[in-house]
Amino acid sequence: MPALRVIKRDEPWKGGALVIVLGALAFSLGAGILMLAAQGKSPLQGAVVLWQGTFGNVFALEDALRKSVPIFLCSLGVAVAFRMQVWNIGAEGQFALGAIGATWAALSFPGLPAFLLLPLMFLAALVAGGLWALVPAWLRLRLKVNEIITTLMLNYIAILLLDFLVFGVWKDPTSFGFPMTPEFPRAALLGPIGGTRLHWGFAVCLAAGAGFWAFFRFTLLGYELKAGGEGARVARYAGLPYGFLVGFVMTVSGALAGLAGCVETSAVLGRLQPSLMAGYGYTAIVVAWLARLEPLPIALASFLLAVLRVGVENLQLEMQIPAAYGSIMEGLILLSVLAGQFFLTYRLGRREG
Amino acid sequence: MNLFTSMRAKLAVLCLAAALALSLAACGEQKAEQKAAEKPAVEAKPAETPAADKKLKVGFIYVSPVGDAGYSYAHHQGEKAVAALPYVEASYVESVPEGADSERVITNMARKDFDLVFATSFGYMDSTLKVAKEYPKTRFMHCSGFKTADNMNNYFGRMYQARYLTGMVAGMMTKKNILGYVAAFPIPEVIRGINAFTLGARSVNPQAQVRVVWTKTWYDPALEKDAAVSLLDVGADVIAQHQDSPGPQEAAQQRGVYSVGYNSDMSAFAPKSHLTAAVWNWAPLYVQTVEEVKNGAWKGNQAIWWGMDKGVVDIAPYGPMVPDEVKAKVEARRAELKAGTDTVFTGPIRDQAGKERYAAGQKAPDADLLGMTWFVEGVVGTTE
Repeated sequence: MPALRVIKRDEPWKGGALVIVLGALAFSLGAGILMLAAQGKSPLQGAVVLWQGTFGNVFALEDALRKSVPIFLCSLGVAVAFRMQVWNIGAEGQFALGAIGATWAALSFPGLPAFLLLPLMFLAALVAGGLWALVPAWLRLRLKVNEIITTLMLNYIAILLLDFLVFGVWKDPTSFGFPMTPEFPRAALLGPIGGTRLHWGFAVCLAAGAGFWAFFRFTLLGYELKAGGEGARVARYAGLPYGFLVGFVMTVSGALAGLAGCVETSAVLGRLQPSLMAGYGYTAIVVAWLARLEPLPIALASFLLAVLRVGVENLQLEMQIPAAYGSIMEGLILLSVLAGQFFLTYRLGRREG
Repeated sequence: MNLFTSMRAKLAVLCLAAALALSLAACGEQKAEQKAAEKPAVEAKPAETPAADKKLKVGFIYVSPVGDAGYSYAHHQGEKAVAALPYVEASYVESVPEGADSERVITNMARKDFDLVFATSFGYMDSTLKVAKEYPKTRFMHCSGFKTADNMNNYFGRMYQARYLTGMVAGMMTKKNILGYVAAFPIPEVIRGINAFTLGARSVNPQAQVRVVWTKTWYDPALEKDAAVSLLDVGADVIAQHQDSPGPQEAAQQRGVYSVGYNSDMSAFAPKSHLTAAVWNWAPLYVQTVEEVKNGAWKGNQAIWWGMDKGVVDIAPYGPMVPDEVKAKVEARRAELKAGTDTVFTGPIRDQAGKERYAAGQKAPDADLLGMTWFVEGVVGTTE
């Protein structure tokens, strides 16, 4: 009787990653449709509404692109650190610091013209996010404190700092005591591109993505980072400045998350308020992992996740599907992609006899 | 070992086969769906053209899940009353974070030609205003904020009236004279509620003090419960809350002390400790708003703040442990409020430092209440 068995691959499966992602998407979609049916909703209508709320609609696509901007930037930042096996879980806090930096610039120099104020805000965000991430790097190098714990804990501190500022010194005096800064001056707002609803933060994403790619592709430092990921001892043996590299990746990682915070504050909210913190920093970790730390897949994964979130809202509105459905779908896709990666190293073969 | 590997292999194959079958089925189904769906869409169009019997499209947007027995649940009950009207088609989106996400959801409703949108959380204010300016044909109702436009009103209820009554109940039921209050954010809405609760408690028990803990979240069951426990640890024997989950109620019941709920009747979660609750009843306001839109009587630039006299706020039925004399005292005050006599914030009222803010007989104007950032005498805690 012919049967199948699991065999370790001799060489990596070329193009396998794509097959796995598509397969996992199809599997999740199928399971999602079954879930709808189990709830007594028409899967037929569900698929149509989901389509209309995502790819079948220019507005929805624009919305998804807008939403993917902060996820992409944070994820890119996380990927820089992960490539060197430095586990930066602190994108959320670095995102907050970026927003704080940008807000500081916007509130301190309201009279500046846009061509000076915006670069200043970006600079402040990069520096604030980068320095915030440098703290755990320093702690790791000097005191050997695990950066997973310190980056995570700094997230809470960052969010409390943001709260402290918007509840306190930066609170809008005309807001009736509600926690928010005054609205930014016009010059501090990152405007839309042409007649679209996309803002210039999208261009920032393109630049950051291209920079990321070129850095790892063409520079010696990029190569050293990858090599340094094999561990401190390997790096030292190869004559690499390990401490510098850890500090460098954490700073870049934090600066990218800070950039996301600046873009989100300036282009979307137009002021700083606690609701800025929507968990993008954590989503970013998932996205980076899903995309195996490659920039183009990160862009795709950010976009797909954003599309899904936007689409599920439409599903809720049209069919009263609970919000939890979106989270379940997200988890399902993630889990099946990760589980599917089993087939990158193993394959199914016919068993002899 | 051989057996084990072969079993594992079989399992893997089985899973794979199932996955394949599922995804294939999904693809097949989807194609069929798309074809099927095209048809009714075409047929539906002519039916829409006679505008006379076109239904009023009303959208609701909620900050938390509607099943949470809390704030969004209460609004959702109001939505149900609206949806029951024959000329209304109501729909909602739940768990929408305040900020960029809310702007997108509200815009999506406006694009779909909703006639009326209820944005039920404070943080939706700027998004709502932004969308209102872009889509002048849609009418917007924003809850608990302070901005308005030609096609946008803000609305809220005088929850402090119900808070005052629950404070009276708590003040009479406490033995240690320490009341605990788990509170979300130090904003006027919450501070006003704590003050009213304290004034109510001290009106019947001048020894009572109210201890406040901030959670800085509207909805986080575990954190809310922890905050309640910290209050129990300092000796509070009644726990009140300005939170959206029943977590604090459960904490109170576990320690065998009393509790006061918020948003909806939370007695199901803590039957042994739930004295009463300050509850929302949005149905009258929502139904009237929809009727106004239907009749063309709806006007923008309004700030609507209804009280107990219109039924928007009230208290939940008393628990079995509340004695009749307590009920009688509270009911007398409740009857006054129902009749429209609101003396909750009428002096003499002192602040925490003992300074007189309102002299005897002086009533705090609404503007003061809406911008309240200080605690009355009897509150232990800071507004930070």
